[in-house]
Amino acid sequence: MAAVLQAAALLMGSQTDIKRFRLRSALRSAPVRNEGFFVVRTNGRLSTTSGVMPRRAKLIPNAVAAKADTTTTASSADSKPGHELLLFEALREGLEEEMERDPRVCVIGEDVGHYGGSYKVTKGLATKFGDLRVLDTPIAENSFTGMGIGASMTGLRPVIEGMNMGFLLLAFNQISNNCGMLHYTSGGQFTIPVVIRGPGGVGRQLGAEHSQRLESYFQSIPGLQMVACSTPCNAKGLMKAAIRSDNPVVLFEHVLLYNLKERIPDEDYVLCLEEAEMVRPGEHVTILTYSRMRYHVMQAAKALINKGYDPEVIDIRSLKPFDLCTIGNSIKKTHRVLIVEECMRTGGIGASLRAAIIDNFWDYLDAPIMCLSSQDVPTPYAGTLEEWTVVQPAQIVAAVEQLCK
Amino acid sequence: MAALRRLSLSSIPPLRRIVSRSFSSASNDDQTLLTIETSVPFTGHNIDPPSRSVETTPKELLTFFHDMSLMRRMEIAADSLYKAKLIRGFCHLYDGQEAVSIGMEAAITKRDAIITAYRDHCIFLGRGGTLLEAFAELMGRRAGCSKGKGGSMHFYRKETNFYGGHGIVGAQVPLGCGIAFGQKYCKDETVTFTMYGDGAANQGQLFEALNMSALWDLPVILVCENNHYGMGTAEWRAAKSPAYYKRGDYVPGLKVDGMDVLAVKQACKFAKEHVLKNGPMILEMDTYRYHGHSMSDPGSTYRTRDEISGVRQERDPIERVRKLILSHELSTASELKDIEKEVRKEVDDAIAQAKETPMPDPSELFTNVYVKGLGVEAFGADRKELKSVLP
Repeated sequence: MAAVLQAAALLMGSQTDIKRFRLRSALRSAPVRNEGFFVVRTNGRLSTTSGVMPRRAKLIPNAVAAKADTTTTASSADSKPGHELLLFEALREGLEEEMERDPRVCVIGEDVGHYGGSYKVTKGLATKFGDLRVLDTPIAENSFTGMGIGASMTGLRPVIEGMNMGFLLLAFNQISNNCGMLHYTSGGQFTIPVVIRGPGGVGRQLGAEHSQRLESYFQSIPGLQMVACSTPCNAKGLMKAAIRSDNPVVLFEHVLLYNLKERIPDEDYVLCLEEAEMVRPGEHVTILTYSRMRYHVMQAAKALINKGYDPEVIDIRSLKPFDLCTIGNSIKKTHRVLIVEECMRTGGIGASLRAAIIDNFWDYLDAPIMCLSSQDVPTPYAGTLEEWTVVQPAQIVAAVEQLCK
Repeated sequence: MAALRRLSLSSIPPLRRIVSRSFSSASNDDQTLLTIETSVPFTGHNIDPPSRSVETTPKELLTFFHDMSLMRRMEIAADSLYKAKLIRGFCHLYDGQEAVSIGMEAAITKRDAIITAYRDHCIFLGRGGTLLEAFAELMGRRAGCSKGKGGSMHFYRKETNFYGGHGIVGAQVPLGCGIAFGQKYCKDETVTFTMYGDGAANQGQLFEALNMSALWDLPVILVCENNHYGMGTAEWRAAKSPAYYKRGDYVPGLKVDGMDVLAVKQACKFAKEHVLKNGPMILEMDTYRYHGHSMSDPGSTYRTRDEISGVRQERDPIERVRKLILSHELSTASELKDIEKEVRKEVDDAIAQAKETPMPDPSELFTNVYVKGLGVEAFGADRKELKSVLP
């Protein structure tokens, strides 16, 4: 009982290192969610039940309910919080840890083994785990994706890499019919715990066929889960969660984000696949974004703050299913939504998200939902043209200004 | 000796047989071993074919007769059910090809895996599926093997390693090679039989998968059930080289008479031994389907009725086993008739039972889309567990 009260007091008051909370979105009370509930289990076995979470409660970083600076965990953590690495290294770390933890995890893809991966995500893994676990395939996306799915039916947990997401279009039949649907059509007999990952998105003048955004094509496949990582921190967490999930997960990485550097925790962590990330809390407008556009939005946010706006930026991360809880709570606060995405305008993630928001939160909107997406054109090679196919920070600033008029 | 009495039906090529057993006119016991020659020799590609002499027992032959009759009866019953509109959508029937399934099962264990395309009812039965599960699934009932959510083209049986049941032509071949990869990875010493048709033999993903299987010595046997028609297109109109067993090039192949259950058994046994040591192999089963491609195809617009009845008279797998049994006096004609009656009753009972089972509950629409309804246990670096349950 004493532990419960102490923990509750800490929930109300403690504001420790902000960095710790970038790992998860802040817990919010959920008055509209009748059935959902958050269960936070500390080592002291505190568990809160539905709806009784105080507003804006932050998670206790320390397991021990005592003053932060007296515990050894806190002090050692504060002085040297984590290690710095690049996004592709974070992905590799996540993958390596999962491969060590579970011998059934294997990697299948082109040039993932001896070459080390075209973006170095699997570098060194073949020497460590052997050629069977980090399998170099010939250039046959359709069939090696099929092989990965077949292997997962026997119990393995393959991570299938498409060298570029666009190449996975060749495997669309396998991904749609076999990957997404086998669990259903077999009446639950077979599970397909694959992770399909690869870089997509518009790069630096890579040309039309190598700058595709497949989120929109895969989003209607039932049975599939889709996530998009954007920082080294969430890349590692999402990679681990995707591997541990029994559902097929498509992990979208971005070509231009592989060299982002960030400090991530030393300890083990796994992020929630269905959860969105609160990047910057605010009051005036909710900006929903994912992957590379997060950085354009943050750039625009700097300009907006100078102009006196207070945008709330959410990195939705989970593209299928949407985290309507976090998104909804934000809309209820700000009443204005701007979606910024790199997908095409027609039939993109933004289009679906708009529909989902209108269905669920229409009464809370004060203005029409604005959606900034890429133009419905093949990505041109010329640099200036390519810049104009993607949403730029200046356009985001203009959109927010219009929205908040 | 009575056993050498010639058979009366004149249009069949004489069955050559070498009988080696102890003298006993009504022998049904397991101890006797019969050595029977297959109807035609095997043809090999890059491999020495196995011997034509197959060992079998009276019990096995009678089991073959019973099981094949069961499958034949099931498919014909499915035909009537379809016409009575109890089975909807697509229904691809396997009658004529029963020997492939039965012969394969006789050569392997339930730990070996089989994967096939949409003509899967009999293979499901061969893998240990029950008639009730099959008919219930065809009629879309909850008691079906896939809970009514799969249908004719999606029969699966995980316990006995039957991986389905796939609608898209050729897509099951990479899956099958993946299953073999899993078997090799886990060092199971089992093999995968990946079945496809002569129509699917022209799919690119087949060659891709074959290349990879050969590269990594995967224990997979690609079985081409060549019934000579890819829906309405005859094999000579679809394939420049209809010698499907040769298409592996560097991968050895074997051409088998798919209407002879003993030949199929021999070939599969041979293939399993070969593949566990040497990597993949292709088996081409020369077989025939009496029905059209599916129930919406009459099956007579692209082939003559004479051809169909000719094959039925000369090469029917069940008739062949019946003649074997009768010529070796393992049973009498009336006993075999009894088996057929029994089988018919079994099928009718199963259909009656399946008709009584309920349709799936509407809530079943949303089950099994995701495993465990989404969510994996997530925790942060501070080891707090955060579980969220979405509404």
